[in-house]
Formats: sequence, structure tokens, C-alpha cells
Amino acid sequence: MSKTEPWQTAEIAGPKKAFVLSKTIVVSSMIKRAKRPLLVVGHESLNEEINGEKQIDYMIKLAEKGKIPIVATAHMIGEFNKRGYSPASSFSLIEIGERLRDPDWMGLDGEGQYDLVLMMGFPYYMSWLVFSSLKHYALRGDKYLTTVSVDRYYQPHASWSFPNLSLEEWEENISSMIKELEAE
Amino acid sequence: MTVKNVKLQIDELETGLGKFKGLNVTIGRLIEENLDQPLGPTPFPSITDLRNWDRKLLSRYPPFYLPFCDVCCLCTFGKCDLSQGKRGACGLDMSAQQSRIVLLAACIGAATHTGHARHLVHHLIEEYGGNHPLNVGGDEVDIDAPVTTLVTGQDPKTLGDLDVILDYTEQEVTHLLSCCHTGMEGDNIDFESKVLHAGMIDQVGMEIADLAQISAYNFPRGDPDAPLTDIGWGVCDTSKPVILVIGHNVPPATEINDYLLDHKLYGKVEVAGICCTAIDMTRYNPGAKIIGPISWQLRFIRSGIPDVIVVDEQCIRTNLIEDAQKIGAPFIAVSEKNCQGLDDRTNDPADEIVEDLITKKVPGVLILDPEKVGEVASRVAIEISPQRKKKGIFPSIEEIVEGSKGCRSCLECQRACPNNLPIPEAVKMAAEGDLSKFSSLYEDCVGCARCESACPINLPLHSYIMKSSEDRIEKEKFKIRTGRGAIQDIEIRRVGGPIVLGEIPGVVALVGCANYPHGGEEVAEIAEEFAKRNFIVTATGCAAMSMAMVKDEDGLTLYEKYPGNFDAGGVLNIGSCVSNPHIAGAAIKIARIFAKRNLNANYEEIADYIHNRVGAVGIAWGAMSQKAASIASGFWRLGIPVIVGPHGIKYRRMLLGRREREEDWYVYDARTGEKVYVGPVPEHLFYAAETKEEAIVLTAKLVMRANDTSKGRAIKLTHWIDLHRRLYGTLPDDLHLYVRKKSDIPLTMRQELLERLEEKGWKEREIPDPTLLKRMIRSEGG
Repeated sequence: MSKTEPWQTAEIAGPKKAFVLSKTIVVSSMIKRAKRPLLVVGHESLNEEINGEKQIDYMIKLAEKGKIPIVATAHMIGEFNKRGYSPASSFSLIEIGERLRDPDWMGLDGEGQYDLVLMMGFPYYMSWLVFSSLKHYALRGDKYLTTVSVDRYYQPHASWSFPNLSLEEWEENISSMIKELEAE
Repeated sequence: MTVKNVKLQIDELETGLGKFKGLNVTIGRLIEENLDQPLGPTPFPSITDLRNWDRKLLSRYPPFYLPFCDVCCLCTFGKCDLSQGKRGACGLDMSAQQSRIVLLAACIGAATHTGHARHLVHHLIEEYGGNHPLNVGGDEVDIDAPVTTLVTGQDPKTLGDLDVILDYTEQEVTHLLSCCHTGMEGDNIDFESKVLHAGMIDQVGMEIADLAQISAYNFPRGDPDAPLTDIGWGVCDTSKPVILVIGHNVPPATEINDYLLDHKLYGKVEVAGICCTAIDMTRYNPGAKIIGPISWQLRFIRSGIPDVIVVDEQCIRTNLIEDAQKIGAPFIAVSEKNCQGLDDRTNDPADEIVEDLITKKVPGVLILDPEKVGEVASRVAIEISPQRKKKGIFPSIEEIVEGSKGCRSCLECQRACPNNLPIPEAVKMAAEGDLSKFSSLYEDCVGCARCESACPINLPLHSYIMKSSEDRIEKEKFKIRTGRGAIQDIEIRRVGGPIVLGEIPGVVALVGCANYPHGGEEVAEIAEEFAKRNFIVTATGCAAMSMAMVKDEDGLTLYEKYPGNFDAGGVLNIGSCVSNPHIAGAAIKIARIFAKRNLNANYEEIADYIHNRVGAVGIAWGAMSQKAASIASGFWRLGIPVIVGPHGIKYRRMLLGRREREEDWYVYDARTGEKVYVGPVPEHLFYAAETKEEAIVLTAKLVMRANDTSKGRAIKLTHWIDLHRRLYGTLPDDLHLYVRKKSDIPLTMRQELLERLEEKGWKEREIPDPTLLKRMIRSEGG
């Protein structure tokens, strides 16, 4: 299997596919440049553990270092609170997806739409479809919203995506991003 | 009563116009008005008659499209790239294309139920005659066909009356399907309106099917105490011949039952079923057995327990005949919609067919005569069982270990699995002799066997999972209440008021298929959560089965613990897929019996009533099929929200409200005509939840309605807030949108919630007599 094939074999996206993030500095730089980034985290961030930490813990560090507000989906707000971290908001995945699609939505803080959206922790097919909707509909002026999958599976409907990664490779990538964001 | 093809012949007629001889008059359809209530504005509505109502709903709940891919490939212009605002060669954009696909799915679903109903009615008229009376509840049910009456203005009384109504549903499905042709409809909202029409037609088709079979086969008639029966892998006595029936259309299964009874063989042969045919078979005879929902097909056949496999229609795995051959079980297809490439032996003598199947001259046959199916299946099972000796094809433990050693670690099995199950890990452990990981996958496996198709070295991975769990599976035996059918009028009289006022917090309908993200146990968990909270929990089809397949610490299932009546805290198995309209029918009957509204061809008014007053929510946690899509669409047009499990996002379109958009949540106060803000109730119409926790909390929220009294709203808020706190660990952030008056606030939470409301700048507001229809304002004659 190539690292840049869709993780679920039959999910063939179409002509427009995500660029692969082969170096984490690409996405770290995007985060630094973004005026209004947002990180959307789902319940599967509780599923896997590495170095004694769950993926949600890495997402919290990433958000803190990158100064990115987090939207906790499903019942995840409680999990963030347990860890002493207050997400910017609790929305369901499809509710936040629908709002991010809308160019006129004013954001969680009323300050305007987001220009960079990162997602992690969802069933593959749910991310697939929400990324697809954002790809087709989330206009920002005359361009489309930039989306990034920081999960460990290649998501072709995002603008940018990690390739298919082992858990260890994923941890290295996220840790590397955290360091790059810290370096600022 | 409606009559079609009325012919008058008049030999001689003298009138003021002149004298006529040999006059023949043919009338296509004669409709008799129901004299109890006047005929409403939309009898037999066309695809545009309810368009205005649809547009009201769709402006509140605009579609949110989630395209599978960037292209359309439905005609030879294509493939067309529709990404990012592009249009295809026909002119369609992505939104129209997505809504077109949703319409196609809804049409397939509606056609399937209508076709099912047509076959049933045709067969039953042949058997029982067109004048056979409809009877779904005896004296306890006055409104036999609430959906049909609401849609068409007809009150069918006989099987023959149903025939006429099916003409209408078939016509509408044809029109709707034609709208999907290249160069027809071009506007996504009009496509969506047609989706809702397809859903409404689907409800009529299903209702007709169930009315017909309840009436002719004497299924339970709205019986809260319908008998308990057995469900699970372990329910069959494997020392006996076993006939397995799969599908949805029950006549052949009833004929098997009758043949065995008539020939004093009943009890000597086990008759077991999978999917809705199983449910309906137990409505016919509670002594029949249910194996499980659709995901049990491959696993049960591969066990070798069935001696004969009979498949009718819908949701059947389409290559079952291959596995049937592997276990040496003859295969009988019984529906013209599902011929399986088999020779049609309908007109051959039964002796010849039996001989050919027993001697394995043919692997299977097509028999389109249910009575003959009854005889052939029974005789073949009895004769072949001793030679088959229940030979299955599960590998031995040693074979699993050896097979696993050949794994190339390509990960294709996991990449093919809908639930991303860690099959490679299980294979790796199995190669070392440890099958525990395979066993742990059992609950989450949806039985699709895509892992096997993907495996480059052809490991039978689905069988590996089942063999590893064999000890547990063989003991699976649970109790399910047989499908009760309609809700009695007397039950509606008792609960109509408390539901409309909000004092019974809601009606939760668990429906649909078995494409669960984490097994069927979650359905039981959702059901019990609401039963314990005094909601009314209804269930149909695979969800009704999955709910039964969990026991508590005392060894009891939900159907044993909770009563089967339509009242607070009841857990009701309504029946099979085609029984779903009894749930919609209960909401419709509330409008008639409690509020005295006219049902006859009065769809818009009743949908408006239900949307604003009846706190019903559908949950299709494992929704998979096009039928599930059309069933949901039927609920949407009545303004009833539906939540699907995470796989349901693949229906590619949600209908979402925006709670913060105040302008979307105004209604007319029917008393004054003023426009009044009522808050986002219900907030969404179609919604895919990521987790069961999300679905549970959202359900408690979606039962709120604009008409709730303060007492009712306080009860609903209590449940929502309590669940939110328990499952999310917080108070809801949008609470202020759902509290209208201080008296809405649950007493025990008053101080805390008032503080929270003050932070949000909350102010008290009026509770109107809500309607979305201007014509319902009383000063305007409503």
C-alpha cells in the first residue's frame, strides 16, 4: 500500500486530492501564518495511546503551542475538561462542518470565519465527508478554505494531509510540529 | 371505499339531449368520500402539491451536502468534474447532483416497499379475495390506515381498496424517479422536496403492506401483550432439520409453517429467520425462531446449521448461494425480484424439484408460488438433513493458526473493513496461537465479509472471527416480543395529551438496519436510557432485534423488563420495516383523537401539528439501506427529526437547523396571528451523530416542541440537562435558547440555571399556539 492512497480502499475522491505533508514544517508554517486557525478534535482521539499519552493529549499540546482554539465534538468536552483544558467550544462534527462551510458564519467568537482548519480523531469516513463538503463549498473570498488532516490516515478530500502513518510515525510528526511551533 | 375500472352499460337512455342506445361508460376510478370528515385540500397529492410545506421545512433545515466524490458518472457525457462550483455537461452543480442522488435512494426505498406491498396485496387478494376486511386492531382501532387517510383521503376497508391506493403510489414513484433523468430537475431544493414526497409515498406503501398482512394473516392487532419469542443463534434445536428464511416478504415463510402443521411435521422441523421475514414469521406464529438481524446471514449459514435456505427479497446478501453450496444446503429463491440466476421451477411438480435438490442435481431453484415453496422447503429439509449432518465451513482452530501464518501484513483487510477493525493484529496473534483478538472483533463485525474479498491470499477472515467466538455465539438465546402492529386508539387517548403538553417527554423510534459502528449493544443502551426516563420507546426491524440481544445481570432483555404498551416507559416492538408507519400513524392519530383535527387528505395541517407538538424522534443507529433513507424521508415530511449513526453520514446530506439564527425559529401564534420566536425546536431534521453519547443527548434535546407547556418543558429540560451533565460533563451552552419562562426551569435546578441564563442575557418570552401555516391563524379562518 502506498502511503498516499486513501486508507479505506474504496474511498476514491476524484480529480482534486490533498497534498501530502511530507515535512511537518509545512503545516507548522501554515499554522503560524494563519490568522484564524481552528482545530476540530473527535472521540477517536481517545482510542490510541503512545508513550503513556492518548492522542487527545497531543492535540492539547499542539493547540497550546500553536495558539489554536479547539472545537471538541460529540461528548469530548468532558474529556478535555478532565485534562484541565477548556476547548473554545463544543459542537458536533456535522454542526461545525456546516458552519465552516458557510462563508458568512462569524466564528465561535463572532470575529469572523476561519482560514485554516485542522481535524483529528474521527471515523475515517466521517472526516472524509466533512473534508469533502469543505472542499466543495467553503469559499473564502475567491479561494477555498485550507483544511489539514492531522490524523494518521491519508485524507484526500483535505487540502493537505498526513500520509498513512503508523502510530509511532504519527507521534513523531505531531511532536515535531509541537517543537516547531514552540520555536517561534 | 374506492373502486377502479367501473363499467356501466346502458341499453337505452332517453334524456333531454336525446335518445341513446348501447351506451357504454368506463370510469377509471370512483372515489367515495369518507363521510366522517370532509375531504381535505390535498387528496392523492402530486409531486408539487405539498411543495410549499416542503420549502418551509427546507428553509428552516437547509441541506448540508457531503459529497462522496468530486464527479458525476450517471450518463455518457461523464464523468463530469463537479468540484468547487463546476457544472457538469448537463448543467447540474454539486448541490443538485447530491440531492439527485438522495432522491434516487429515496425512490429505490419507496419502490421497494411499494413493490413489496403490491406483491403482498396481489397474493392476499388471490388467497382471501378482494373483499377480505382490513382489521388492524378490532374495536380498539378506529383509524386503520392513518397515513393513507392523511395522504389520500381514503379510508380503506378491504384488501381490494388497497389495490387502488397502490396504483397511486406506483404512479408517484414513477414520476419521482423520472425526475432523476438527465436534463430534468435542476434545483437542489426542488430535488429535496421530491425526496420528501418519496418518503411520504414510502410510508403509504409500507402501511398498505402491513395492513394487508396483519388483516389476512391474523398478526397481533395492536397487542401490547404480544407474546415473547426466541431470538439468537442458539434458539434452534440443531438435532432437527432447520429451514432458514431470509428477507422481508413473508408469504413463503407462512406457507412453510402451514405445510408443516398440515402434515403433522410441526415441531419436527425448526423454522428460523433472519431480518424482517423472521419478525413477520413470529407475528404469524410465535413458535418460529429469529436468528438475528441482517448481519447474521453469513455467519449462521457458514455454521452449517441450516439445511435449506429460502430467500425472498430486500437486504439479502446477494451471493449467499455460494456459501449455501459450500455447506451443501439447497437454496430456494422465491421472489421475481431476486431470481439469483436459478431455473424457474414454479410450474414443475414438487416431487421433481425435491428430487433435484436432494440429489444435488441443481444447487437451487426459483419457485414463485409460495404454497409450493412451503412443500418443497419442508420436504427437502427433512430428507437432506440426515445426509448433511449440519456440515459447516468454519475452519478448525488449527486451520486458523496455520492460515494466519501466511499473512503478508498488507493491511488490505482492515482497509476494506467499514469499521476499520484491527484484523491484521488479530491475524498476527492468531499465527502465534492466540485467537482472543479475533474473538474480540465479534461484537463490532457487521458481517459484510469485505475483509475476505480484500485478502490477497483468500483467508476466510469472517469465519475466523466467528469460529473464535463460537462458544459464546452458540449460547446466544434471548427473548423478543413479537411485533404488535398498530397503536390502539385507546392508548392514544391516554397519552395524546401528556405527549402534546410535553409531560411524557417524548417518543423515541429506534428503526433501521444493523450497520452499527460498535455492535447492536448500543441500540439496547439507547433504548433503555429512554425507557428508564419514561419516554415511549418503539422499535422496528433490525433495531428491534438488536435491542433484544442484550441481557441485564438478571438475564432479562428489554422486552422482558419493560411493558409493551404505548405509554410512558414502554418498550414496543412494532414489527418489521413495513410496520414503521404505525409509529408515524401514532403521531397522526394524536392529531385526530386528541386535537380532533381532520385527517382526510389534510397532510400539511397535520404535519404542522406534529412538527410543533409531538415530541417524536427517530434513531436509525445502523441505517444502511435505501429503504432506511426513504423511511427517514417520510418522517421528515411530517416534521419529525431523525438521527442516524456515524455511517449514516454516507447518505451525503444532512438537514440541519442553525440554533443561533433567530430568524429561522419564528412561528405564527394561531390565536393572534403574531409572529413569535419559539427557539430552535426541534433543532435538526436529519443528523449523523459521531457517538452514542451524542445521539442520546441530542435525542433528549430534539423532543422539545414549540407547544410544550411549562411543566412539559421542565420535564424535557430535566432529562436533557441531566444527560448532558452525565455524558458531556457540562451544562449545555445553549440552554438559554430552550427556556421560555422561569416556570420552564426544573425546580431542583432553578437557582443554578437562572444564574446561567442571566449570563446569557436571557429574557422571558411568550408561549404561542404555534403553527408555520398562515392559514391556521384563527382570525384568518384557521
